[in-house]
Amino acid sequence: MSAISASEKVDGFTRKSMRKAQKQRKSQGSSQYRTQSAPVELSPLPQLKDAPSTEQQELFTQKLQQCCMLFDFLDSVTDLKSKEIKRATLNELVDFVSTNRGVLVESAYPEITNMISTNIFRALPPSDNPDFDPEEDEPTLEASWPHMQLVYEFLLRFLENPDFQPSIAKRHIDQKFVLQLLELFDSEDPRERDFLKTILHRIYGKFLGLRAFIRKQINNIFLRFIYETEHFNGVAELLEILGSIINGFALPLKAEHKQFLMKVLIPLHTAKGLALFHAQLAYCVVQFLEKDPTLTEPVIRGLLKFWPKTCSQKEVMFLGEIEEILDVIEPTQFKKIQEPLFKQISKCVANPHFQVAERALYFWNNEYILSLIEENIDKVLPIMFGSLYRISKEHWNPTIVALVYNVLKTLMEMNCTLFDELTSSYKADRQREKKKEQERDELWKKLEELRLSNATLVQNNSHGLPSVQNNNNNNNNNSNNDSVNEDKSADGAAETVDGKDTMEASESTPCAK
Amino acid sequence: MAGADGDDSLYPIAVLIDELRNEDVQLRLNSIKKLSTIALALGVERTRTELLPFLTDTIYDEDEVLLALAEQLGNFTMLVGGPEYVHCLLPPLESLATVEETVVRDKAVESLRKISQEHSPVDLEVHFEPLVKRLASGDWFTSRTSACGLFSVCYPRVSSTVKAEIRQHFRTLCSDDTPMVRRAAASKLGEFAKVLELDYVKSDIISLFTALASDEQDSVRLLAVEACVSIATLLPQEDLETLVMPTLRQAAEDKSWRVRYMVADKFSELQKAVGPEITKNDLVPAFQNLLKDCEAEVRAAAANKVKEFCENLPEDNREQIIMTHILPCVKELVSDTNQHVKSALASVIMGLSTILGKDNTIEHLLPLFLAQLKDECPEVRLNIISNLDCVNEVIGIRQLSQSLLPAIVELAEDAKWRVRLAIIEYMPLLAGQLGVEFFDEKLNTLCMAWLIDHVYAIREAATCNLMKLVEKFGAEWAQNTIVPKVLGMANDPNYLHRMTTLFCINALSEACGQDITTKQMLPVVLKMSNDQVANVRFNVAKSLQKIGPVLDSNALQSEVKPTLEKLSGDSDMDVKYFAQEAIIVLALA
Repeated sequence: MSAISASEKVDGFTRKSMRKAQKQRKSQGSSQYRTQSAPVELSPLPQLKDAPSTEQQELFTQKLQQCCMLFDFLDSVTDLKSKEIKRATLNELVDFVSTNRGVLVESAYPEITNMISTNIFRALPPSDNPDFDPEEDEPTLEASWPHMQLVYEFLLRFLENPDFQPSIAKRHIDQKFVLQLLELFDSEDPRERDFLKTILHRIYGKFLGLRAFIRKQINNIFLRFIYETEHFNGVAELLEILGSIINGFALPLKAEHKQFLMKVLIPLHTAKGLALFHAQLAYCVVQFLEKDPTLTEPVIRGLLKFWPKTCSQKEVMFLGEIEEILDVIEPTQFKKIQEPLFKQISKCVANPHFQVAERALYFWNNEYILSLIEENIDKVLPIMFGSLYRISKEHWNPTIVALVYNVLKTLMEMNCTLFDELTSSYKADRQREKKKEQERDELWKKLEELRLSNATLVQNNSHGLPSVQNNNNNNNNNSNNDSVNEDKSADGAAETVDGKDTMEASESTPCAK
Repeated sequence: MAGADGDDSLYPIAVLIDELRNEDVQLRLNSIKKLSTIALALGVERTRTELLPFLTDTIYDEDEVLLALAEQLGNFTMLVGGPEYVHCLLPPLESLATVEETVVRDKAVESLRKISQEHSPVDLEVHFEPLVKRLASGDWFTSRTSACGLFSVCYPRVSSTVKAEIRQHFRTLCSDDTPMVRRAAASKLGEFAKVLELDYVKSDIISLFTALASDEQDSVRLLAVEACVSIATLLPQEDLETLVMPTLRQAAEDKSWRVRYMVADKFSELQKAVGPEITKNDLVPAFQNLLKDCEAEVRAAAANKVKEFCENLPEDNREQIIMTHILPCVKELVSDTNQHVKSALASVIMGLSTILGKDNTIEHLLPLFLAQLKDECPEVRLNIISNLDCVNEVIGIRQLSQSLLPAIVELAEDAKWRVRLAIIEYMPLLAGQLGVEFFDEKLNTLCMAWLIDHVYAIREAATCNLMKLVEKFGAEWAQNTIVPKVLGMANDPNYLHRMTTLFCINALSEACGQDITTKQMLPVVLKMSNDQVANVRFNVAKSLQKIGPVLDSNALQSEVKPTLEKLSGDSDMDVKYFAQEAIIVLALA
């Protein structure tokens, strides 16, 4: 409570300042729930390198078992001696599996996986900070990292050992193991996620039987992230792994992979925290398009569907991704998508947020995109012209105006005649648009009248109700034999449409009395 | 006009189609939101034959548009010709129920549930149930999740063969390999159990419940806890021990804190559902464990339930259970390391006093209240103070007043204005409980100090507080204690304080009555009309307007009117405006 900043004094306790005050500790224990009773004191075992080779395996197993003991790291004063013994033992084990050949005998596998599972698999604790913003806030670090790091290190060395045999290991490193590993990707500690990334990648490489399963589970994690929780810390890491997995897909792409692209990767763009994994996501998308260019159209249409409406930062990211896609697009694909795409780009160019407008205008600095535009200038120019012309006169930001002039100049050089035509018809076009707008309004007004007259029709037809007689309207000469309750529902439905009109319609009832 | 009539019947659908294809989402959205207009204009038959097929075929749009569509269709029964034809709404809703976006899908399911009630039993079997089956066996997880919400609405109204099929489908979805589907099934398990025959609850639901409660994903397991409440309510007492309790015990000790949190959060419901005997034998130790959980989230959720849990204990040995089992845990929570836990406890702990009675409260609870009143976290202290009324009933507040005072004073001077605001709001309550003497002696100065707080919201709340105090203690008290001090501020060099005088007068005049207002307040207000600060002057005008109705007509005519007339000729625009407004409102023109 001692250090209250001046701004907080004025502001009172917003939730953030409450949290800050409370958030003194930066690390947290894993939510190990009464897994074992108080740790027994460890006693040091002899060094592996000093043991005769006949006893080495036995000692190796003993050390693995010793490392299954878990300690409370939030309490920094207890079990100091035992903690140190475990740390040294883990170090020795890491050393042992990375430098020695022939140590991975079959009987060691279950002991090894058991030690690893006991140490790393745990229910992740609740986040200290419920509105954790990975961009702003410091992550909470895992308290038992001094041990955990060595266990991860050991797992990695184990997988990378030249004697490692997937055929034996698959009995222990199975679907359940992988599933638990995947859940750990939600850890707030970036050091842990980094290890997990490398480890999962190794497992994916070595266990062919687990590949489909891993992909499916990642799928599920992403879907849950997109549609249910909107919270998962390891999206970027998982996408990074996927990037290299996609790279290795055989052609033609399986339907499963295409579905993953369209139903998982594209909707991932809607996530609030897109900034945290956008680079990896865009990489995955582009990988797909390089494999199979025919996917370009659905992908771009998907991005246009999810185009950010209010978040300018995200819009800039989307534009960046579009440019990456355009960099690798085939001219035939470009033709298929140019119309909807440039309609969006023309909106971006006219965006009042200068970063969005600027990012879109930078497309004209890209030689390849310029060549695509030039090839299709008769299609692109009419779409772009209106916005550019207007912006060149109206945008508040001088840099944007300057950029727009350059773009207009480039476009003019591409097709001078078309440009002149568009310039001269600009005013007429605007007026036509306005007129269309008016016509729409009138259509709706007419429709409204039509509905009113129909509503009264329905009302008048319900002879069963004594009070419903309408003299205000003139088309009560139609008679359908509709049911009595129709009157009620028609009213009810109309109510949802437009409160004001319903008032008029229902007012007619008391009037008639 | 006669010629136009013919076109009229054609163009609504044309408009809709045109608008639905518009580039602008907003326009598409508008036209979907007016769908019932279009349907009404078209009439029931053309709605069925033209509009609905069109909607079914063209469903690919922004989720926002789809959401509006899904909602509209739920109210469409009459627009397609009544219950007889309601089944023609199923195709578009079916495709909406398979959409990825959860909100759209949920809305489609909601609409389907709504119109299912309008189906005749025959239509339900011929049209609705096949749709549920199709969804339940869909390829993509979205349709299967949607199906989960539809079983319970059709089950009670179909034949026994179809019922058997529905049960089979539900069973399949409970073991779906997509966790999203299992979550959907788990969340509907309780609802489905309620419509099933008791025998099937025992044979089917229990095994599904057990399986879901030990799912590999904690997000599924925690939903089973919710279902547990409904299932336990349905079963006869003698079956609970064998069918439900093993699973519940396991959930209370789950390795994932989320599941334990859920148990803590649903504890009162669970307690009611399993009855007093099981509560005594099983839930009491489980509750103790939750109160001592290693995760603060779980402890806080459990702490929130302390009062309700104790209240619902069987009366015969309630006191003994609380004293020997619950209270020791509560004592520990008072000094918990996490402020959310302490604050959750503080919001309910006072409620225990009514359950335990006077002697126990004084001996055991009072020390805890006092400790919490001294807690470093203001929220904890506030929660205690805001619940003082419970203790007041049992032991009288005097017991606490010695510790209460320092706590109140400290909160009253807290650096954060929201804390100060919160304590002001409890002042009238405290004043009522502590009595006028204690108040005058200890708290009155605080209340006056708030009037010159540097935060406007505090000054405003302080004004309002004075009014409530006067309502409580009466006009005479006001005249002796408050009014002189308030009026004294009219000469303060700070114009903000001078304005506070006016605000106080606005608030107090009615409670103080005509006499005090005319004799003491009015002269001060009138004098302030010569203030050099325009803000004060126009607030004088506002005040006069406000207190006018309390004054007699004599004072109005002879004193208020001239002053307002003078102000209405003020050089400041705002002063003029408010003076003129007051003249009109008080009808002095």
